[in-house]
Amino acid sequence: MTAAATAKAPAGAPGRTTGPRADALAGTAVLVRFNLRRDRVRTSVWIAALLLGTLGTLSSLQSSYDTAAKRASAADSLDSPAGLALSGPAHYLNDYTYGAMLGHQLISFLGVLIALMSVLMVTRHTRTEEETGRAELLRATVVGRHAHLTAALLTAGLANLVLGLLTALGLGASGAAGVGWHGSLLFGAVYAATGIVFAAIAAVTVQFSQYSRGASGMALAALGAAFALRAVGDAGSGALSWLSPIGWGQRTYVYVDNRWWPLLLSCALAAAATALAYALSVRRDVGAGLRATRPGSPVASAGLLQPVGFALRLHLGMLIGFGTGLLLLGAMYGSVLSEVEKMIEDVAEVQESLEELGGASITESFASSVMTLLGVVAALYAVLAALRPQSEETAGRAEPLLATGLSRDRWLGSHLTVALAGGLGVLLLGGLGFGLAGAATTGDGELVVELTGAAMAYAPAVWFVVGVAVVLYGWLPRATVLSWVLPGYAFVVGYLGQLLGFADWLRDLSPLGHVPMLPAAELEWTPLVVLTLLAGALVACGLAGFRRRDLETK
Amino acid sequence: MMKATTAISVSGLTKSFGQTRALDGLDLRVGTGEVHGFLGPNGAGKSTTIRVLLGLLRSDRGAASVLGADPWQDAVALHRRLAYVPGDVELWPNLTGGEAIDLLAKLRGGLDRRRRDELIERFALDPAKKGRTYSKGNRQKVAIVAALASDAELLLLDEPTAGLDPLMEVVFQDVIGEARAAGKTVLLSSHILAQVEKLCDRVSIVRLGQVVQSGTLRELRHLTRTTVEAETASPVTGLDTLDGVHDVRVEGEDGLRVRFAVDGPHLDAAVRRLTDFGVRGLTSHPPTLEELMLRHYGDAPPSTTDGVGGTPGPARKASGGTDGPQDASHDTTGTTGTDRGDDTLGASR
Repeated sequence: MTAAATAKAPAGAPGRTTGPRADALAGTAVLVRFNLRRDRVRTSVWIAALLLGTLGTLSSLQSSYDTAAKRASAADSLDSPAGLALSGPAHYLNDYTYGAMLGHQLISFLGVLIALMSVLMVTRHTRTEEETGRAELLRATVVGRHAHLTAALLTAGLANLVLGLLTALGLGASGAAGVGWHGSLLFGAVYAATGIVFAAIAAVTVQFSQYSRGASGMALAALGAAFALRAVGDAGSGALSWLSPIGWGQRTYVYVDNRWWPLLLSCALAAAATALAYALSVRRDVGAGLRATRPGSPVASAGLLQPVGFALRLHLGMLIGFGTGLLLLGAMYGSVLSEVEKMIEDVAEVQESLEELGGASITESFASSVMTLLGVVAALYAVLAALRPQSEETAGRAEPLLATGLSRDRWLGSHLTVALAGGLGVLLLGGLGFGLAGAATTGDGELVVELTGAAMAYAPAVWFVVGVAVVLYGWLPRATVLSWVLPGYAFVVGYLGQLLGFADWLRDLSPLGHVPMLPAAELEWTPLVVLTLLAGALVACGLAGFRRRDLETK
Repeated sequence: MMKATTAISVSGLTKSFGQTRALDGLDLRVGTGEVHGFLGPNGAGKSTTIRVLLGLLRSDRGAASVLGADPWQDAVALHRRLAYVPGDVELWPNLTGGEAIDLLAKLRGGLDRRRRDELIERFALDPAKKGRTYSKGNRQKVAIVAALASDAELLLLDEPTAGLDPLMEVVFQDVIGEARAAGKTVLLSSHILAQVEKLCDRVSIVRLGQVVQSGTLRELRHLTRTTVEAETASPVTGLDTLDGVHDVRVEGEDGLRVRFAVDGPHLDAAVRRLTDFGVRGLTSHPPTLEELMLRHYGDAPPSTTDGVGGTPGPARKASGGTDGPQDASHDTTGTTGTDRGDDTLGASR
C-alpha cells in the first residue's frame, strides 16, 4: 500500500525518499480518514436510509403480496410500458418472487439515490475543496498531486462497499422466500457497483468544471441519462438499457438468474472513467477547470442592470441544464410511444386493463406516469432555484447588493421570479420534448399540444414547492434543507406508490399528488387554482420573514 | 437648508448572536464631513456595527441613526445615499469585475461613467476579467471603485484595503482625501494605523463590543503617556518616586541615559527633575497610535493606573533590556518625536 506507507509523511519526515508514484499519492490515507471523519454523520445517514429503504421495501412486499396469486397480479399490473419504465425489464415478471420484485423495482429506484450519494461525495471532497481554496492549503503540505482524487474515490468506494455488504447481509438474513444468500450477495454487489460507477463519473466531471455545482450537475445529468435510457429501453425493446449502468445492474436478473457478468461492464466503466479522471487531472491547475476562463464584457449590459435580469444571469446555467435535461427526458419517453401503442394491439389482456383505468388508454396512462416523473424533476429544479438566494447570501454576495438601493423584497423577488417562471419553463420543455417525439413516432400531431399542456398542469405544484422553500428561507434559514423533503417524497410516492399501491392519503400529502393525472384523467381546475393561491401565500409569507430577519454574514 | 452636523449617531447598541455578545452598549458619533477611524482588534464588533448601520442586521437594543434616518426602517432610501465596501469582497464567479461595478453602482442609484473609468484606470483594474479569477486585492478594488463611482454622501468602509498592494494603498488614500475634500463623510474601519493616522480626523477604539476611547488623535494622545529619553551629566535618581512616571530604565554603562514614560499631566514635574542632573540631550515623543491601540488590544481591561499604559509594546521592552547601547545610539541619531512615531507605525504594517 503506497498510500499507507506515505501517509505519515505530513506529520513525520518530509525528506524521506519515495518514488514519484508514491509522491503523487502522498497523504492519501490521511485524507481518507479525514474525509470519513468529516462525513461520519452524513454518510451514516445515507447508508442507514438506503439500507432501511431496501429492507423496509422487502417487508412491505411480504405483507402486501403474501400469496402467489397477489404476486402474479402485481406482475400483471406492471407488465405495461408505463409499469416497465418505472420498474425494470420484463424478464423479472416470469416468476415474481419477493427477490424478483426487489431486483425489478428497487435497483432503478435506489440505484438513483446511491448514485446521487456517490456523486455528491466525490464532488464534495474534490471540486468543492478546490473551489473554497481548502485544497490549496492541503496541497501545500506533503500531499501528493493525486491524493485528493484518490482519497475521494476511496472514500466513496468504501461507503458503497459498506452499503453493499450491509444490504447483502440484511437481505440474506431476512429469510424471505425467494431471497437466497447468493442473490443477496449479488444484490449488494449491484448496489456497490452502481455507486462506484457514478463516483468514477463524478471524478471525471469535477475535472471539467471549475465549480462544484457545475461538476455535480454534469454527473447528475449523466445519472438522469442512465435512468432515462433504462426506462425507455425497458419500456421498449431493451436495447437502450444496455447503455445504462443502472440497466446493467438490473440485467444481472438477481434472484432470478443471478448473473454476475453484467457487473463486469460496471467495473470496466468505473475503471475507464477513473483512468480518464487521472489523465485529465494532470492537464489542469489546482482550482482551474480544463478550459481557461475567457475574459468577459468590461461593462454591464442594460439587461444585467435590472434585478430580474441579474438573477436570470445567475440562474441561467441551472435553467439551461434542467431545460435541456427535461427536453431530452421527455423526448426519450416520447420516442417509445409508438411501441406502447403497438403493445395495445398485441396484448389481449389490455382490454381489461383499459376498463380498470376508467376509460383511459394505455398510452394515456403511460403518458401520465411520465408526467409525474417530469413533475418531480421540475420540483427538484424548483428547490434548487428557490434556494439559490441562500447560497448567494451565505457566500457573502448578497450583502453588497443589499447595501445598495435594492430592497430585500426586490432582491429575493427577482430570484423567485426566475424560479417560478423557470419551473413553468422546464415543465413546458419536458412536455414539449415528450409531445414532439411522441408525435413524430406515432404520427399524431395533436399529442404536442396535449402533452405539453399536461406537463404544464404541474406548474402550480412546482410553484407550491418554491413557496415552501421560500418560507423556510425567510423564517428558518438553517432548516432550508427540509425543502428537499417535497420532491423526495413526491418521487417516493409517485414512483414506489404506483408500484406498491400506496393509499390515497399518502399520495395526497404530496403537492404533486393533487395534480390531475393528465392526459389519463380529466382536467380539474380546482386543485390547480388552490395550489397556485397557496404558492402565492407561501411566497408572500417567505418574503415577510426575510424582511424581518438578520442577513447571514460571514 | 441647514446641513445636519451628525452623520452617524449610535447609542447603547447591543447585538448578540446566540451566546456571543457582539455589541455591548456601543456608542458612536460621526460628524458630517469627517473621516472617522474605527479601530479595534478582530472580533471587537466593528463589522457588526457597520452591518447594523446598513440595516443588514437588526440591533437587540439601542438607537442608531444614519444621515438622520433609521437604518433598519429606512434601509433602502438610506442606501441610495451611502456606499459600502466590505472587508472581504465576494464576487459572482461568472460576472466580470466591470459588470459587478456597473451593477452595484446602478443599484445604488446611478453611475458616473467617466468617474468609473477614471477610478478603474487609477486602481489599475482589468474590468474584463471574471470574478473567479480576481485576487483578493483586485476583488477589493472592484468594491472600492463601485463605492466611489457613485455619488454617495457617506462611505462605510470595512477594512477596505485588506489585500491591496502599497501602491494601491497610496491611490486609496488619495481618493479618500478627495472624498473628504468633496465634503463626504467616511467611517473607516481599519487595522492599518498609518492609514488611519493619515486620513482620519477622529478615531474610535472599540473593544469587546464597546467604544473604549473616542476623540481626535491629539486628544487621545493627551490622555496617555509620553515617552521621554534623556542623556544627563550625572546619573538620574528619584524619578520613580514621582507621580505619574512609569517604566524608568537606566541605560548605558555609565548610567547616564534614562528613559521613562510619563502621564500627560505629570510631564512638567518629570522634566524639571531631569534638569537637576544636567540635561545634555532630550527626546520625547507622544504615544504612537500603535501604542494607543496596544493599550486597548490586550486582554486586561484598560486602565490608566495599573501600569498597562506603560507598555509600549513587548518588542520595544525587549530591545531596551538586551540591546541597550545599540538602542541608545539609534536614539541619538536625533529623530524627532513625531517622525519617529510615524516610523513605528510604518513598521507595524
